[in-house]
Amino acid sequence: MASEIKLPELGENIDGGEVVDVKVGPGDQVRQGQPLLEVEAEKSTVEVPAPAAGRIGQVLVKKGDRVSTGQPLFTMESNGAGTAEPKAAPAREAAPPKAPTAAPPRPATPPVEASPAPSRPQPADGPRLEAPARPAAETGEKVVPAGPATRRLARELGVDLRQVRGTARGGRVTQEDVKAYVRDLASGTAVRGTVAPPLPEFERWGPVERRPFESVRRRTAEQMTLAWTLIPHVTQHDLADVTDLEAFRKQQSDGKGPKLTVTAFVLKAAAIALKQFPQFNASLDLAKGQLVYKQYYHLGVAVDTGRGLLVPVLRDVDKKSVHELARALTEVAERARAKKVTAEEMRGGTFTITNLGGIGGTGFTPIVNYPEVAILGLSRSRLEPVVRGGQVVPRLLLPLSLSYDHRVIDGADAARFTRRLAEMLENPLMMLLHA
Amino acid sequence: MADTTETELVVIGAGPGGYAAAFLAADRGLQVTLIDANPKPGGVCLHVGCIPSKALLHVARLITDAREADGWGIHFVRPGIDLAVLRARKEKVTDTLASHLAKSCKDRKVAYLQTRAAFADPQTLQLADGQWLRFKDCIVATGSSPTRLPAFDLDSPRVLDSTGAMRLDDIPPSLLIVGGGYIGLEMGTVYAALGSKVTVVELTGGLLPGVDPDLVRPLAARLGSLFQKIYLNTKVARIEAVDNGIRATLEGQGVTEPQVTFDKVLVAVGRRPNSRDLGLEKAGVEIDAKGFVRVDERRRTSNMHVYAIGDVAGEPMLAHKASHEGKVAVEVITGEPVVWEPRAIPAVVFTDPEIAWCGLTETEARQQNRAVKVARFHWAASGRATTLGRSDGLTKLLVDPESDRLLGMGLVGPGAGELIAEGVLAIEMAATARDIALTIHPHPTLSETIMESAESLHGLATHLYKVRKS
Repeated sequence: MASEIKLPELGENIDGGEVVDVKVGPGDQVRQGQPLLEVEAEKSTVEVPAPAAGRIGQVLVKKGDRVSTGQPLFTMESNGAGTAEPKAAPAREAAPPKAPTAAPPRPATPPVEASPAPSRPQPADGPRLEAPARPAAETGEKVVPAGPATRRLARELGVDLRQVRGTARGGRVTQEDVKAYVRDLASGTAVRGTVAPPLPEFERWGPVERRPFESVRRRTAEQMTLAWTLIPHVTQHDLADVTDLEAFRKQQSDGKGPKLTVTAFVLKAAAIALKQFPQFNASLDLAKGQLVYKQYYHLGVAVDTGRGLLVPVLRDVDKKSVHELARALTEVAERARAKKVTAEEMRGGTFTITNLGGIGGTGFTPIVNYPEVAILGLSRSRLEPVVRGGQVVPRLLLPLSLSYDHRVIDGADAARFTRRLAEMLENPLMMLLHA
Repeated sequence: MADTTETELVVIGAGPGGYAAAFLAADRGLQVTLIDANPKPGGVCLHVGCIPSKALLHVARLITDAREADGWGIHFVRPGIDLAVLRARKEKVTDTLASHLAKSCKDRKVAYLQTRAAFADPQTLQLADGQWLRFKDCIVATGSSPTRLPAFDLDSPRVLDSTGAMRLDDIPPSLLIVGGGYIGLEMGTVYAALGSKVTVVELTGGLLPGVDPDLVRPLAARLGSLFQKIYLNTKVARIEAVDNGIRATLEGQGVTEPQVTFDKVLVAVGRRPNSRDLGLEKAGVEIDAKGFVRVDERRRTSNMHVYAIGDVAGEPMLAHKASHEGKVAVEVITGEPVVWEPRAIPAVVFTDPEIAWCGLTETEARQQNRAVKVARFHWAASGRATTLGRSDGLTKLLVDPESDRLLGMGLVGPGAGELIAEGVLAIEMAATARDIALTIHPHPTLSETIMESAESLHGLATHLYKVRKS
């Protein structure tokens, strides 16, 4: 059956690139994962692998062409077993019941994901997870390409060369790569890879659907793995009495101005608290042995979109009014959901707020958005009986969950920081004193 | 009770593996004892192997080059050969080098003992004079000896092994060489150049068993005219001493004259590791079925204080492999995190033309069912080869079809032994064919054939126009 091989998504906000090399021609037999062509996008070269084994029909592009995501590159006649279209997968279930024995032969090299990971562009200032994410052993090379002095250096430094990303031609690992890997390890920006054990054949117990692990999802997974692995997390819980704030918010939401949300107030309060507790607005640079205190207050806000989790950053929150913040928040959330937010808009955050209150819950443990050191989670406010002046009164309580990097922040400071936030939300006038 | 002395490191065998290990250990501050039965270090390689054979091959090359000068209009008279001077010169070569090594031992304060040693227990050696030597660590570097076949054990001065042939007692009018491996062909080249009528009998279907046939072909063609006769798929069933020489009985296809009498016979059917008479069992050192000492990747034997390197520790039996292993063993002993992990070991046959290869061979690739891209560059397209009057050479690269990395290199032609070093470096450095193609090589040299082979994988080589098949 014939199919088209299209240019996959090359990365966030990259809609295409220039063909720099076409590696196959009409009639060529290709294996699943075999590189078919190279595209250069945002100064990095990305290989487009064959989604399945088969024979190349027509080559629809040539060197020098500009191609965009989704554009057909080749036509391909698949070899039957592995098909280019994920949706064709159920066809296999129609095979005779002895599926395990009739399974297609294993490809010579481990299957490579449809969307190219190794050289996918990363934010310049963002975390890097390439090395552990793509050990050389996985790319099908039996031995790591590295000279004898590099191999010796790796042994001396106790580095598993398969974990090091090679930067020389053809992925050769140089001594500089090994040193950089060690530096990254020391500074905590690389993670010693943990190899997951092989998965069972889920089909044994019932039908499954297999879908590609999409770009945004994968990016989130990498970022979460990095943060979870590097940062000793602790979560501090508190409750803010937002009865008065809520009354004020409702009163001010007259439909004329921007939609005043709790998050807008929390952003304002957080910026003030961050000024008072600068270590919450810092980053840890182990390589240089420094704590980096940022003198700007750019706060990320997690937005749940159809593509997955995005965290656009609002700049200079400390200098903006609650109204301005509310307006900016609404605007950026809409653009995020419409896939219009740029990569640059998601960089440079110093602290993150994630609000699940719209859905529910009484508390959770957010994961710090590395290289930040703290993140504030909000759950749903609810009316609860509170003892005040000897009386039980109904008050609206907002659960705060502050996760922090215990390497940088002590528990007592985290309790103080959370309490300060709660106080400002309980008594919004306090924000005036510091704003 | 004899005296007991102690040493930090004892190295048994002062060949290129043993002395390299001893010198490095001394340089790293260990107290080292080096034991060898010879009065001077150097081992087989220096005294009766690589070095004297190369001196003799140099002479052979002089003779054949002078003969081939006819084709350029330069006519030499038939050379007169003064065997005594030739022997003396050859011995001077080995003596000079051995004296350097002996001086190096002194300079580095390596205690050199001319004796034999055998293990008495896991950390003690007994020396030939009955003395005991306790050691902290020991490196066994006892090498190998020519394989002796009982059928050929005539106890006759006319039957030689490689050591005997190297002595060059005379130039026998006719010489039978049993075995078409590198030792037989190198010594055959020497004796043929000096005037012997050489006959080679090889049991398998080709000379240099195991070497890629396309590399052997140009050599076989040249030896076919240099030698009297080359028998393949043929066995020397027996030899017997007769009045005027040694009568050999040949069995095999194409043997028209089964009984031939030769003045001398060189038996060169391989080498065996010297692992006997060492008391290895008393030290708890295991050997395998072929007699090689079993070692791990750190060259450590089943006795954690005993290491083994070189010929006695396994194939390939090559001096440069031994010295590299010796350094690994010493570094392990001094606590460094090293292992024996070469990506390529070069092998050179110093015939004329020379054959050299490293890394993966085409024969091995086929046996392993491994896909490789092969680039062949025939020296007919090399300007340098043509100026030398030697356009029968071949340069061959084996490249991984996916990664473009060099996996192996093979060469045949004059100077192949020098050229192969580039291939070894390229493989160790994980170079791709493109790396080699993009590296400027000097013109006009034979090394250009390596660059042009690589170019041919990515397009057309400058001096070779051939449309690719695939």
